[in-house]
Order: sequence, then structure tokens, then C-alpha cells
Amino acid sequence: MKRVINLLLPLCGIGMALGAWYGASLAVSDLPSPWRTWEESKVYILEPLAYRGESDQGILLLAYYSLMRVARGFLLGIAIATPLGFLLGVSSTLTRMFDPIMQVLRPISPLAWLPLGLVLFQKSEPAALFAIAVCSMWPTVINTMMGVRAIPQDYWNVAKVLRLSRTTTFTKIIVPATMPYMFTGYRLSLGIAWLVIVASEMLTGTPGVGGFLWQEYNSLVYAHILLAIITIGVVGFALDRLMGLAEARLRAS
Amino acid sequence: MAFLEVRNLAKSFPSPAGVRHVLKDVRLDVEQGEFVSIVGTMGSGKSTLLSLLAGLTSPDGGTVVLDGKPVTGVSGDAAFVFQNYSLLPWFSALENVRLAVQAAFPDAAAAEQKRRATEALERVGLGNALDRKPRQLSGGMRQRVSLARAFATEPRMLFLDEPFGALDALTRDALQQDLAQLCAGRERPVTTVMITNSVEEAILLSDRIVPIVAGPPASLGSPIVVELARPRTLAQLAHDEQATHARAHVVAALTASMQRRPRNSSTGSPTALSATEPAKASGQA
Repeated sequence: MKRVINLLLPLCGIGMALGAWYGASLAVSDLPSPWRTWEESKVYILEPLAYRGESDQGILLLAYYSLMRVARGFLLGIAIATPLGFLLGVSSTLTRMFDPIMQVLRPISPLAWLPLGLVLFQKSEPAALFAIAVCSMWPTVINTMMGVRAIPQDYWNVAKVLRLSRTTTFTKIIVPATMPYMFTGYRLSLGIAWLVIVASEMLTGTPGVGGFLWQEYNSLVYAHILLAIITIGVVGFALDRLMGLAEARLRAS
Repeated sequence: MAFLEVRNLAKSFPSPAGVRHVLKDVRLDVEQGEFVSIVGTMGSGKSTLLSLLAGLTSPDGGTVVLDGKPVTGVSGDAAFVFQNYSLLPWFSALENVRLAVQAAFPDAAAAEQKRRATEALERVGLGNALDRKPRQLSGGMRQRVSLARAFATEPRMLFLDEPFGALDALTRDALQQDLAQLCAGRERPVTTVMITNSVEEAILLSDRIVPIVAGPPASLGSPIVVELARPRTLAQLAHDEQATHARAHVVAALTASMQRRPRNSSTGSPTALSATEPAKASGQA
């Protein structure tokens, strides 16, 4: 009984959201109804890996392009953010030095970074990676830093009493103690990277879910916009879940 | 010259109500191989004192000399056992001990380091729990790992900070005996300073007991020598005349200082203790 309810309640929520969507489509003539969206989009979903030309590909293929770009930007971001977080966590001098800059850089929108990336790198692909990396790194920097600061005095005492070298202290105490915080940072960073990808693809017109969305808007196929939006949401949700699982496994071990 | 020599040690901490003097004029001599317990009530500055002796923190004034060398940081000859075990939760019992062995004997082969760590754990009866993580061990077993970690480095000086304070009474009894055996079963006796709030524990394990006497005014705790034969048992101590006298002496010193202590002790007071001229318990019985 309880399991039935657990299944039924989300379905009710989805039904109500679809109802609201349908209501809105009656009021706004350009907005396709859920059913029309399905009719016009089903070729992308039923043949998710079809390649019919640069601007006409199955939805999974488009999502794959976006994911690959996100993966590269995200890895670049955390490759910079993780050591930076450790440094800031260990040294209060460095924190005081860089905290103001960090607080200023953090709230800058990806849309603002992208033109700078284009100026710096002249090409859209590295500019997109730049924007993803620079936007998504902050949660990792901050969480890693907090993780290092939250290491209990007990563990520092162990390092002192056993007279561990700096390297040993780092690998055997600081890194393992910070790991859970770091992973929370990675999870948040990945979420932001996925937000940035859509914006950067829209601006640079590269193939992917975001590029597809912008292109279909320009071709006035509004049903495909909705398809792209739903895809972005579902993929983002799946990414977060995957990172959540990885995090839970890490905490359990 | 004593193995551990403490002269005029002073430590104060800043507090909202002004500078809080925790320790003042601390004087202590510990001979090589001697087991000295420092007994005091909670908040009397015992742990601060031990941190100073071990070189974990530095004093405001005074000196600590270990084996002729002034203590400026943690000595390679010293090992430390904390009240809260301080094991690393991501390592197994064996890995925890190995970390200490690796740091103490960096030039030994990996197999040799592992053998030492395994032996140390076997000596405290944990030969069958080598691969267990600290959270899979009971409090008593965790503190055994911690003892094994301390003894595995073959220290010449051992600092124990209320090592059994977090354990239940029965486990505590068992571990006290284990510690006595570890100290006795070595070719070269280890010099030990233990902090405790249990007079009974101090009598069971020590050669000499020094009560910490909290002020104000600063007062001296006169040390007492425990000359009971080893091995000692708690049952034997309950009726032994000398043990009874030692107990009375320490308790009297502690209660006297408690009564002199003002109700509002937040402003704190200097504590003095001198342990260079021990009084003999047996002579006054």
C-alpha cells in the first residue's frame, strides 16, 4: 500500500504539471500542447541516435555532445579548483589574500564569461570550456576549503605526535578527511557545469542540446524547444543522482 | 639529572575576562623508567600541562628538558595516547599502527614495518582484528589500538592523557592491567607521565603520584611515592595499608585545593606544583 502511494504521488504531480502546461497552451497560441509536443518530437526520441545531418540528430546524440563538453569543462574546473581549495584551506594568509577576488568572481554569469573566452581563445569550443570551468569551480573550491578547515584537532594532533612529514600528512590525513566535502563540491560543480553548457551552446551555436534549442527557436519549431528543455532537466537530474550515488558510496566505505 | 626535567613552566591563555593563567611555577623531575601520574580534577590544567611536556604546545615561560635536550617540538623518542583514541577512521587497526611505525622507522623495509605493527597489535590481544576499521571496534579495543600504536614505535618517553577516561569501569580495569604489562614487559623500561582524575588508577600504575593543586593562591602539590610490589591488582589495593595512605594523601591534597578554589573560577588562578622532593607515604603511615 505504501509503495503504491509512493509511486502514485509523483505521478499525480506530473499529471498536474502537464495539466498546467495544457492550460497554458490554450491561452498562448504559440505554445504547443503536451500532445502536440510529443507528436512533433517523437522522431527524436524514438530514434535517439539517428544522424540526419548536422542540425537534425536524435536527442541522445545531442545530449552526448553536450555531456562530452560538460565533462571536459567540469574536469578542467575541478582540476584547478581542488588544489586551490586545499591551499586556501591550509593557509589563512592565502584565504585572506584571495577571498575578495573569489567573492567577486563567483556571482558572474556564464553569459558574461563566454565573450571573454572568445576574446581569449578565438574559437567557440575552448571558450565554452573556459566558461564552464570558471563558473563551475567555485563550489569545489569552497567545499574543499571548508573540508580542510573542518578537520578535527584530533587528527592534526595525530600528525604532530607521529611527526608525519608534510607529504604524509597531506595524503594520509588531509585528503581522506576532506574527501566527503570535496565530493559535495563536485556534485554542486557538475550541476553548475550543466547549467552553463546550455547557455554557452546557445551563444556559440555548437551542436548539442542547447545549440539545438536555439536553432529550433530560430526555425520557429516551438515543440522542439520544449523537447530540449525537458531533456536538459532529465539529464541534469540523472547527473545529480549519479554523483549522489558516488558520494553515498564514498561515505559508506 | 633527571630524564625529564621541568622548571618554572608557565602557560596562560587569553580569555574574554582577561588573561587566564592556567599553569605557573611547575616543577617536576621524572627519572628514567619511572611511572609518574599527575592527578587533578577536571579543568585543573592537567591536559595543558601534558601538551607542554610533550611539546605539542609551547609554554609562555620555563623549560622542559628531555634526556638532556630542551623540548621545542614533539620528540622522536616520545609517544602519546589520547583520551579519545585519535585513530584515523579511514584506516584499519593495522594501518593506523603502521602509519606510526613508518614515521618512526622510515628506513625499515615495508615487510619489517608491517611485522612490527602486527606484533604491537598482537601484544594487546588484537591479532584477530587487524583489518577492522575503528568504528567496527569497541571503545576498549580502540584504546588498545592506540596503546599498540604508541608502543610500536618503541618510545623512551610515553605521555598518557587520561587514557582510560572514556571507558566503562570493567573495560578500564582490563586496560589498566594491559598497560601495566606493556610497561613491564620491555627490555628497556619506558618513562611514563600519565594524566588522570582517578586516584585508584594512579595508585595501581604509578611509582609516584603528583596531585595538581588548583589555586588561588598558587599552592604546591606534594608528591607521594607508591612502593607497592608489582604486579598490583585493584582487589589488593582496596585493603593495603600503604595504598590506603596514598589514597588519603592524594584525596586530601585535592580536596584542600578544591575548598580554596573560589566558586567563580573563570578568572582562573596559577597552579603551582613541585615534585622534586617527594614525601614518602610509608614513613607517615
